[in-house]
Amino acid sequence: MSEAIREFTTTVPFWRPYVTPITLEDATPEQREALKVTPSNTKVSEYVLVLAHDPESLQHRTPLFNGVMYNHGGLTRAERELGAVGASIVNRCIYCAAVHSSRYNQLTKDESVMERVFAKEEDAGLDERQSAILKFSVNLSKSPPQATREDVEALQQAGLSGAEILDLILSASLFGWANRLMHTLGEPIAPNVI
Amino acid sequence: MMIENTTLRAAGAEAGSRLADIVEGRADIMALTQAAEDAVLSPGVAGGLSPALRAALACRMARLSLAPALVAHYESLLPQAGEEAASARLADPACTDNGNPRDAAIVRHVDLVTQSPKSATKGHIDALRDAGVGESDIVRLAELIAFINYQLRVVAGLRLLGEIA
Repeated sequence: MSEAIREFTTTVPFWRPYVTPITLEDATPEQREALKVTPSNTKVSEYVLVLAHDPESLQHRTPLFNGVMYNHGGLTRAERELGAVGASIVNRCIYCAAVHSSRYNQLTKDESVMERVFAKEEDAGLDERQSAILKFSVNLSKSPPQATREDVEALQQAGLSGAEILDLILSASLFGWANRLMHTLGEPIAPNVI
Repeated sequence: MMIENTTLRAAGAEAGSRLADIVEGRADIMALTQAAEDAVLSPGVAGGLSPALRAALACRMARLSLAPALVAHYESLLPQAGEEAASARLADPACTDNGNPRDAAIVRHVDLVTQSPKSATKGHIDALRDAGVGESDIVRLAELIAFINYQLRVVAGLRLLGEIA
């Protein structure tokens, strides 16, 4: 039994569920329908097979996640990933932080931002726009949410439009959802052990 | 125009406001958010989590997270009397035991994952199972908790955006 990963990393781990995933052979028509709308039809992840216990939620989750992270216009994809990472740091979802920091790095070709975020979290010392995005995301992700008017004004001063701020609200909030599934229903383990 | 949308109403995105104009650009996301809410509050297959219990837990999480507009919405869904009134008591975070051990285990998990998700471990899932919450109901509960925590952050963020827009 391998140890769970406890430190932030940009190497995407495997995810080991605490709950028994459904099996495709035993899936109900509703579960099959919900699984069909996931990005990969040929190899369904353990995570999605766990979520298939609740097909009604799973059915809406995939289009919602894809829309929030990838739809056209508004905030850049990299900055949405930064919003996702801010939430994942607060909630210490190692898996989500790994997936979304590595996407950030792919999009920006700059690994230094995530290195600083992982080392110093809220005090990463990023540029004005990145700092405002990270701070807003971190504060919105606390419980209860602690984002303030000053945090939103800082986004505005850093040049974000209302539409961009909306996209940041959505991506940070979405990881208040995703982290609470990924981090509570299973754990990240090193990718080379299974 | 949006059809009835809990999240927008709680955020105070009144028709014709600057906030409503901005949000209109992501009308698809707001519609999916409502669909996701319906899936956790009033699903076709509720399993071992009754709609009354779901509404009570949603209300409880909104209270824990200081989201009064959502508290009011979820409060309006609570049963006033009858057998399900015991579930409704759990809408108050001060109530940690309504006499039903399975419900008590559920609210412990709701409070933990709402307030300190980073502290959640395998032991917390085992505790649910030990209290008689089955595999599918564990996932249904996780989706309910996760959705409400998303929704209350969207509402909090939109209210701030509405102040400066």
